[in-house]
Amino acid sequence: MNKKTKKGDVLLSIKGLKIQGFSDEKWHDIINGIDLTLHAGEVLGLIGESGAGKSTLGLAAMGYTQPGCRITAGEIIFDGVDLTKLTDGEKRKFWGNRMTYVAQSAAASFNPAHRLIVQTTASTIRAGIKDQASAYEDAQHLYSVLNLPDPKHIGERYPHQVSGGQLQRVMTAMAMSPRPDLLIFDEPTTALDVTTQVEVLASMRSIVEEFNTAAIYITHDLAVVAQMADVIKVLRYGNEVEEAPTRQMLNAPQQEYTKSLWSVRSLEKTQQEAEVSILSLQSIDAAYGLEKVLHDVSIEVPKGSTVAVVGESGSGKSTAARVITGLLPQMSGIVRFDGEDLPPTLSNRSKDQKRRIQMIYQMADTAMNPRQTVREIIGRPLEFYLGMRGSEQTKRIVELLEMIELDVSFTERLPGELSGGQKQRICIARALAAEPDFIICDEVTSALDQIVQEGILKLLLRLQEELGLTYLFITHDISTVKAIADQVVVMNQGEVVEQGLKTEVFSPPHPDYTELLLSSVPEMDPDWLSNLNKKEIRS
Amino acid sequence: MTQGKNTYSAAGEVGSVVEKRTFWTRAKIELSKSPWTARFGMLVIFIYAILAIFAPFFAPYGEAQVFPEPYAPWSSTYIFGTDQIGRDIFSRMIFGARNTVGIAVATTFLAFLIGGTLGLAAAINRSWLDQFLSRSVDVLMAIPSLIFALVLLSIFGSTVTNLILIIAVLDSTRVFRLTRAVALNVVVMDYVEAARLRGEGLGWIMRREILPNIMPPLIAEFGLRFCFVFLTIAALSFLGVGIQPPTADWGSMVRDNASLIMFAQYDLKAGLTPLLPAAAIALLTVAINFVVDWFLHKTSGLHDE
Repeated sequence: MNKKTKKGDVLLSIKGLKIQGFSDEKWHDIINGIDLTLHAGEVLGLIGESGAGKSTLGLAAMGYTQPGCRITAGEIIFDGVDLTKLTDGEKRKFWGNRMTYVAQSAAASFNPAHRLIVQTTASTIRAGIKDQASAYEDAQHLYSVLNLPDPKHIGERYPHQVSGGQLQRVMTAMAMSPRPDLLIFDEPTTALDVTTQVEVLASMRSIVEEFNTAAIYITHDLAVVAQMADVIKVLRYGNEVEEAPTRQMLNAPQQEYTKSLWSVRSLEKTQQEAEVSILSLQSIDAAYGLEKVLHDVSIEVPKGSTVAVVGESGSGKSTAARVITGLLPQMSGIVRFDGEDLPPTLSNRSKDQKRRIQMIYQMADTAMNPRQTVREIIGRPLEFYLGMRGSEQTKRIVELLEMIELDVSFTERLPGELSGGQKQRICIARALAAEPDFIICDEVTSALDQIVQEGILKLLLRLQEELGLTYLFITHDISTVKAIADQVVVMNQGEVVEQGLKTEVFSPPHPDYTELLLSSVPEMDPDWLSNLNKKEIRS
Repeated sequence: MTQGKNTYSAAGEVGSVVEKRTFWTRAKIELSKSPWTARFGMLVIFIYAILAIFAPFFAPYGEAQVFPEPYAPWSSTYIFGTDQIGRDIFSRMIFGARNTVGIAVATTFLAFLIGGTLGLAAAINRSWLDQFLSRSVDVLMAIPSLIFALVLLSIFGSTVTNLILIIAVLDSTRVFRLTRAVALNVVVMDYVEAARLRGEGLGWIMRREILPNIMPPLIAEFGLRFCFVFLTIAALSFLGVGIQPPTADWGSMVRDNASLIMFAQYDLKAGLTPLLPAAAIALLTVAINFVVDWFLHKTSGLHDE
């Protein structure tokens, strides 16, 4: 299909779009009348919390609705054609050709049985835009623009033979291969580590700029959207909150809701000085089977403070937590808790030792039994550790619910009837029910929306003040660390790179890895990525 | 931070909208939407259950009551005639429901008790116990179960207890495999790890954390397994090593009256007689499969668009 659009023309315009979704025997509104205009070569950032309807809107821009959804009103005009009036067969001429899609989880979107280059070029060849030889040549060119290693041969690999960040870039190459007019990015970097995210973002931006493609970039991360978008649109509950050019939006947001989104990252804990240590890991080595994952790890956790362990996936931070809890007995080294050495295996630890160390998980969904009510979930540790039953137990459950800012009406609910933030709060209450001294928080906020994250972090800080708790906070998010930590431990490939007070670790000079980690965190500055790239070129 | 309606409150956060319903109202809603096959199946199972429980009230004569007239034709006195020694076939069919179905239910329960418990334990343990149990099950499954059951019954004798025990053990192998497979998906969940960290014992983790989450496939399997057990018992009875006379059961009733089929050219009704217990077996099997199909469809999350 030949391209008629040139820069500045209106490529896509959506007017009064309404979409409903079917669940629980009823139709619910997902999008209530949204207008959107996208010019050729322009990047629009769509942001909002989960449930804001941003993914639905992104897909609707291609004229597609997920099963169980329907478009009830409005029109979607792409290059002069109203997509809502076309049949699926007619729309298919646009899909994978003039408009393409980059999904959040690249790993789940590739067919494991085919080589990457075959999948990259499949739609281009099928649409007859290029023959196989030139499509392959072009794919290799795209791989090199996207900064993939060995662009000539990486296409010969299978999806499992490349890393997650590389796969996400291959998917971008796949989306670029037919040279579309419109690209939809649906949270493409959310599943990646920060250091990988920077590379992927930079290559995505360069390719969009090089081919002057219009794009819709969907994300919940403001700093990321600031790097990518020319215009930002904020959504909430299926309605538009506001829309403005990126710089104007960042500097002077108009609506209260937008301001609240912007202010989330301002939370910062005042650092406390270290006192007596409650937990210390001394030269821990640990392995899964034959593969050694922790090398001589020593961490000191002072009583009543928060120690944040940061690092990318595979750095061994969760493994360290498993050693502390006793799920993975260490090969050598000592775990000392409150003056006594803990037995390596869980079964050798006393009930009281188990009670004093509690854990909160990343995914609150899987951390609670879906068949148990809130009462059973919180009540069990009360009964198990403290022998509370009957009315005494009920009273304590209500107290705990109030502590986490929920009320008695939640006791009979099942986890499926709670929102993401409420679920995580119930998990916190379950940990508190055991009256612990030490809580391991494993990425507890990374699956949550920004505003909800802030609520959880504030709650954890308040509980620490009131109950004198000690936290070991595992995270990959530097802004969370700034918000909650007193001390920071930086881990990489199973070793501790740096450890000390937050101010010390975050101020130069840094070891190389800390430097890389800190510089990779996107800032709320549209020029951040460009500046970073310039710096890299210079050095 | 923010003012007015944008103030954040944890309790005010909108969770997924789920209306609170009791088990019975939910069951009623599901039933009202069930397909006719499932309703038919449930009706048949219900009638069988009533007949089995209240057999003495429905049967006109006793289970082993002998009348002086063997091979009597269908009549108002003997609705489906009498058998080779003069017992009323209609009465024996009703009592047969009690014996055949009752023994099959008991056997299936036992098979689930054995297979389910061991399967859960293997899934949680994942080491030597899992290896030992899984390999033993492989060995048992390598031997054709009907022939194995025949051999064991000849060795230990065909009492009802032996019948139940032997078929239950042989069938528990399949229950074991299913339970272990579905439990493995649940064992890796964080809430099971959380229970372990709390220090809960094996029993609690099996019963409270895992079992409620794997019930749907197990219930569906229960229905199917019941059919197989039921057919195995009928087959064994037909072969003469199952339920022993004078106890009425459908399998041996087919065998006893099988020769009557050859008289169908003279008296159609006489020819139909041995097919009646066979039809009773077939009807129940089909009915259970209808219900199980519907249940599987409901719980698998596969919905027609």
